[in-house]
Amino acid sequence: MLEKIMNMDRRIIFIFVAVVVIIPTLIPVRLPTRVSEPAQKLYDYIDGLSPGETIMLAFDYGPSSLAEPEPMAKVVLRHCFDKGVNVIGVTLYANMPTLAHGLMQKIAAENDAVYGEDYVFLGYRPGVLQVILGMGNNIAGVFETDYSGTAINEIPMMKNIKNYDQIALLLDLAAGSSTEAWIIYANTRYGLKIGAGVTGVIIAQMYPFLQTGQLVGLMPGYLGATEYEKLLDAPGDGTIGLNTASFVHVFLIGLVLLGNIAFFIHRRRGGVD
Amino acid sequence: MEIFGIWIAALLTLCIYSFLYRDNPFYRFAEHLFVGISVGYGIVITIHQGFIPLAWNPLSEAVSALGTQIRGEATPETSEALSGLFKIFPIGIGLLFFARLSARHAWLIRYPIAILIGFNSGIAIPNVLRASIFEQTHGTLTPFAQMHAGSLPLGDIIGAVLIVIGLICTLIYFFFSVEHQGPVGWFSKIGIAFLMIGFGAAFGNTVMGRVALLIHRAGFLINDWLGSIF
Repeated sequence: MLEKIMNMDRRIIFIFVAVVVIIPTLIPVRLPTRVSEPAQKLYDYIDGLSPGETIMLAFDYGPSSLAEPEPMAKVVLRHCFDKGVNVIGVTLYANMPTLAHGLMQKIAAENDAVYGEDYVFLGYRPGVLQVILGMGNNIAGVFETDYSGTAINEIPMMKNIKNYDQIALLLDLAAGSSTEAWIIYANTRYGLKIGAGVTGVIIAQMYPFLQTGQLVGLMPGYLGATEYEKLLDAPGDGTIGLNTASFVHVFLIGLVLLGNIAFFIHRRRGGVD
Repeated sequence: MEIFGIWIAALLTLCIYSFLYRDNPFYRFAEHLFVGISVGYGIVITIHQGFIPLAWNPLSEAVSALGTQIRGEATPETSEALSGLFKIFPIGIGLLFFARLSARHAWLIRYPIAILIGFNSGIAIPNVLRASIFEQTHGTLTPFAQMHAGSLPLGDIIGAVLIVIGLICTLIYFFFSVEHQGPVGWFSKIGIAFLMIGFGAAFGNTVMGRVALLIHRAGFLINDWLGSIF
């Protein structure tokens, strides 16, 4: 039995993981959620903005990593449109403009938000550093037109927005190192408030910036999206994803424990390490 | 049309997941398709969203304005458009990257690289130092000032002390000028423990992120693809 566990074909584990993912997807179960301080702070900050104020939403992830940031984008956009907070969409990822534009249009349509008045999507410009620093001086200097080619000065929402001084918050939805770039160049140099919603892979790197206040709040992975959805009382993709993920996590913890127990018993019995 | 897209996405997802069984032509087809389309799409977007609005349009407008000026039909707009001529310098320097294609002129690439390194270092060093060293040091020490003022809860006090212990012990672990024996060895071992906890947290989060990708795809296959069939 021990030998079997130690030498289990990895494909059997894949099948079990698939089953653990599929069952909760077919039969959704609502697990209780507690809102953590970083997500609460981000929600409070956006909730405290007045109608007409503007936030910038950076879609800094790609099609291959949209599982976690997309639910965050949806719930934050809903919150902003509901409160009358204007949203400027940008991306530092060349593969993202079409998806980000489509997502903003979809959520805007659901919330009766009007393009050019409630939200605008500027699109993508190459060069992370140059884009972040350039917008600190003059947004129109970097984005002379929006993603559709309309001149910035012809967009009503952008009439009184010149640079970061008129932006209440930059929320970076990230799957890479872009949040650090926004903090280093936009926050440190221009004093722009930064919030983040990041994929699981980079959560640990973000906590030092929370401690210092360089991040006003944080949505960590599916958990962050779920917490924000709970605060908004609008369960969505994040809640569904986290419920399924919880079952997979329990299963994986079980596998790690089983593997370690089998390993130590095997070694105690004189097996090869 | 949307159904067509869903079917393509679903079949390509299955092609990629077939690698879990073993390497096969379906997986390799999907992998190569993804790489090709990503690069192609990236190039097109970069040309449309970068080269055309930032280089081509200002330069062509400036050249057109220059013609207008020469003909003596200058307006405030054409005078403003003339500033686009200055784009010749960055565009020219950028074009030097292509000197790499000629063995005889490859040395010219040193100049744009030197400018890039100079610009990036100049802008990065003070900002990175401030954001990653000074702000972090300030953030680590601030709780002790609050502790002294008696305004810090017990949980935060424990957290602040742990951060300082972890910071010092981890730095000692990476200090190789002294042999790791005696007290230095002990602090170094505590530093290793903190590093392991950090790696464990990072690994756990990474697993969570990968599981999220699987759940997202499974949701797509079950709800969008199979949902469109049954």
